[in-house]
Amino acid sequence: MEYGFTTAAYVVSAVLFILSLGGLSGQESAKRAVWYGIVGMALAVAATLYGPGAGNWGVSLAMIVIGGAIGWVVAQRVQMTEMPQLVAAMHSLVGLAAVFIGFNAEIEMWRIASTLSGAGIAGCDPLMSAIDCAATLGQPNLFADFHGFALKVAQKTLPELSVLKIEVFLGVFIGAVTFTGSVVAYGKLAGKIDGKATKLPGGHLLNAGAAIGSLLLLVLYFNGAGSWTLILMTLLALFIGYHLIMGIGGADMPVVVSMLNSYSGWAAAAIGFSLSNDLLIVTGALVGSSGAILSYIMCKAMNRSFVSVILGGFGGTTGPAMEITGEQVAIDTDGVASALKEADSVIIVPGYGMAVAQAQAAVSELTRKLRAAGKTVRFAIHPVAGRLPGHMNVLLAEAKVPYDIVLEMDEINEDFPETDVVIVIGSNDIVNPAAQDDPNSPIAGMPVLEVWKAKLVIVSKRGQGTGYSGIENPLFFKENTRMFYGDAKKSVSELLPLID
Amino acid sequence: MKIGTPKELYPGEARVAMTPDSALQLQKLGHSCLIEAGAGKAAGFSDDAYRAAGVSVVETAEALYAGSDIIAKVRPPETAEVARLAAGKTLISFFYPAQNKGLLEQAKETGASVIAMDMVPRISRAQKMDALSSMANIAGYRAVIEAGNNFGRFFTGQVTAAGKVPPAKVLVIGAGVAGLAAIGTATSLGAITYAFDVRPEVAEQIESMGAEFVFLDFDGPAQDGAATGGYAAPSSPEFREKQLAKFRELAPQIDIVITTALIPGRDAPKLWLADMVAMMKPGSVIIDLAAERGGNCDLTVPDQRVVSDSGVIVIGYTDFPSRMAAQASTLYSTNIRHMMSDLTPAKDGAVVHNMEDDVIRGATVTHEGAITFPPPPPKIQAIAAAKPKEKVKELTPEEKRAREIAAFKAQTRSQVMMLAGGGALILLAGLYAPASFMSHFIVFVLSCFIGFQVIWNVSHSLHTPLMAITNAISSIIILGALMQIGSGNWLVIILAALSVLMAGINIVGGFMVTRRMLAMFQKS
Repeated sequence: MEYGFTTAAYVVSAVLFILSLGGLSGQESAKRAVWYGIVGMALAVAATLYGPGAGNWGVSLAMIVIGGAIGWVVAQRVQMTEMPQLVAAMHSLVGLAAVFIGFNAEIEMWRIASTLSGAGIAGCDPLMSAIDCAATLGQPNLFADFHGFALKVAQKTLPELSVLKIEVFLGVFIGAVTFTGSVVAYGKLAGKIDGKATKLPGGHLLNAGAAIGSLLLLVLYFNGAGSWTLILMTLLALFIGYHLIMGIGGADMPVVVSMLNSYSGWAAAAIGFSLSNDLLIVTGALVGSSGAILSYIMCKAMNRSFVSVILGGFGGTTGPAMEITGEQVAIDTDGVASALKEADSVIIVPGYGMAVAQAQAAVSELTRKLRAAGKTVRFAIHPVAGRLPGHMNVLLAEAKVPYDIVLEMDEINEDFPETDVVIVIGSNDIVNPAAQDDPNSPIAGMPVLEVWKAKLVIVSKRGQGTGYSGIENPLFFKENTRMFYGDAKKSVSELLPLID
Repeated sequence: MKIGTPKELYPGEARVAMTPDSALQLQKLGHSCLIEAGAGKAAGFSDDAYRAAGVSVVETAEALYAGSDIIAKVRPPETAEVARLAAGKTLISFFYPAQNKGLLEQAKETGASVIAMDMVPRISRAQKMDALSSMANIAGYRAVIEAGNNFGRFFTGQVTAAGKVPPAKVLVIGAGVAGLAAIGTATSLGAITYAFDVRPEVAEQIESMGAEFVFLDFDGPAQDGAATGGYAAPSSPEFREKQLAKFRELAPQIDIVITTALIPGRDAPKLWLADMVAMMKPGSVIIDLAAERGGNCDLTVPDQRVVSDSGVIVIGYTDFPSRMAAQASTLYSTNIRHMMSDLTPAKDGAVVHNMEDDVIRGATVTHEGAITFPPPPPKIQAIAAAKPKEKVKELTPEEKRAREIAAFKAQTRSQVMMLAGGGALILLAGLYAPASFMSHFIVFVLSCFIGFQVIWNVSHSLHTPLMAITNAISSIIILGALMQIGSGNWLVIILAALSVLMAGINIVGGFMVTRRMLAMFQKS
């Protein structure tokens, strides 16, 4: 009876979660979708607390309240520019929780085994569960103080325990990789670790070695070699997560974060298998596939394979880069102002530099003024602009830029030839014409915003150096490009009084 | 360096190569300026105005030549003026070296450098010193004004109480700078303007100025202005015949003809022949801007206004820019000033005669005792050669259909392959795994499938909220911890409690932050 109720609640929760993700297809329906998610989660937690196997309500509730309070405070305080760090940090929590839960399952298995041997029972029928085995041998009360999950494990037969072992092993492995990977990603995004790709000597061979080692440990563990294999594997997995993400440069972070998002989902699904909990499986699979699709979209936007991103750094070039002719022509604030005044249509291309300079509010104000002057102002967002999928959209939304003038690359790329002025703020590779013109460029073939087709391109940039990826950008040397040097926030703020 | 400007000696020349304004700018480059007394008078600049601008006014031309390092003037120098040059001095003026071989020879003998403003190459960078264009612009404007002065009717059509006035019809031959300026002026006065040019690519420019391009149906190879630095080249006899026939057809209805056709280094082509003049209505006006080089019209007499037997007025003045001396001097002196700023790159008053520079090299005709004319072709083309357009092959409907079918087949094949492969894998797993695992596995596979279907529809701009919400949802792992927390073992309880705590942070944090983000998305 109780069990049936819990399952019913899980079904409702699963449906709510699916609706919640599906609702994100539009800005308005998304606001409703969050509530589906919240209700689904509340229902699932309540049903689990009420359902079979739960105990220690006091501890559970206290922990939920404390955790919830911390989460609440963090969510209220976080700056929108810090979103990527926050997401990465949250992934690490899921990963660590998965590791702990996996360990718990192992501890329970060990407890049951030691209880059996403590009672002098050996050589059970493999198709019989521990509890049945004890009962047939005249000790039905051996597992009397085993409740909930422990009882469930005790009821498993040997083949079921084998599968459980694999599931636990996988859950712990994915969880551990997610944990250290997310911590490193957090460090890189928050600027606490150098964003450059760094590897230990040996590079990816070390990762491959650790992975093979983990596989061997799985075989040993499966054959009953004991808990030390699980612990050793956890250490190896922690190392893989750390080293893998350390080897990926800051520009690839959108892929990394969505990949970790995916991993946290798969970890939940693996744990769901080991706990025989369908809701965990369903939700984990939803999250896992969501992250996988995001990673795929990001990779496609960079015209790189998932493997090449994970292996870190840009793919090898096949020849010398095309020589760039011309010079960078600077422009001052007055020049930009008069160009904007004369323009009828303006497209703004924001990048990570805008987030770094915190220029989104100034940009929004500029947009408002230009729109008030009757000009068409739109934003062009490249899929990998920023450090998180959709990062720019969130920043612009925070700065109160209406979302209907913020367009995707595919929607706006054809409009550049009819545009009078394009303002590029803090983006570099995503507007690099070398991706189309120079087959030897490291980013050759990557879809880019064709800003150079506009009549005038104004590039707001701190200095003359190359961007994050270190690739020279021929856009800056084009005849219709003017360089607007200086901090993006300062430059745009100085521009504001000149435009009315 | 000292820059001096003498009074122009050519009779009737009113222009001057330095204005008080340009003198101020020249002084900013570190130069000092001299001017011969009365040099700017005809253009409306008094000696006092020059003095006020910091220019020293010198009484005689002799003293000016002696005291200046650089002499800037308008017209090509007379022999006596060249005689005053010496090594180390530089003359900047119109020179027409191709026509003035003797003068060039004489200038070489003096050892002075001569920069011919008419030789400035036609590249974008040199436009600011293209004096020919500035003068041509004035000539084109003045030509229309001069025509109006001699034409007995309105330019614009009017319907008045006293009757209807037809608009004047103006034909501009040669759509160079002067021609385009004339078109602009004539159309702004209200005339119906036609324009002709041998270079078909200028049709667009003509139309942009508001005139109608006289289209010549000719099959031969069209002229490409890019090959000759933007100037017209001589045309073939067949083309010329066709062209004249077109003019004969137009002549009876045209009221004003403005001819500006010039070919570099040659006499002006005869385009408006005597019979065409005879066909025009009495009182019509022909302004021949090519008069200095022989004229485009048979009847043109340089510097004269003649009236034909049929009463058509033919004007062959050669001093149109000089007739607007104030404007012409302002523009010309600015061209000179730009030339000087290129010659003094450091703005310190030291002239660097850089013969590697395309513009300076092109304009210099004598330098350090040698004739440097003609210059080598400039390194940069004046106008980019027109690129042949790539043709995108149109697909026939059958080909399109075939492609679609092929794409569909390929898609079907890959899907069938994937389904078969996936199905085989699941069957394989089913053979070995226990039944309880398989039932969960089915749930897992279906969930992945639903996830893929749902996530593809998520809008790009909501990817960050998507990550935040999936983050919150992935904390469903809390269920696992909640199920384990009831276990009897203290270690399990601690680990489970920690997991609950972390998942709790994630759930509330994830949902809250998603809500915050979504609330920010506003429609305009």
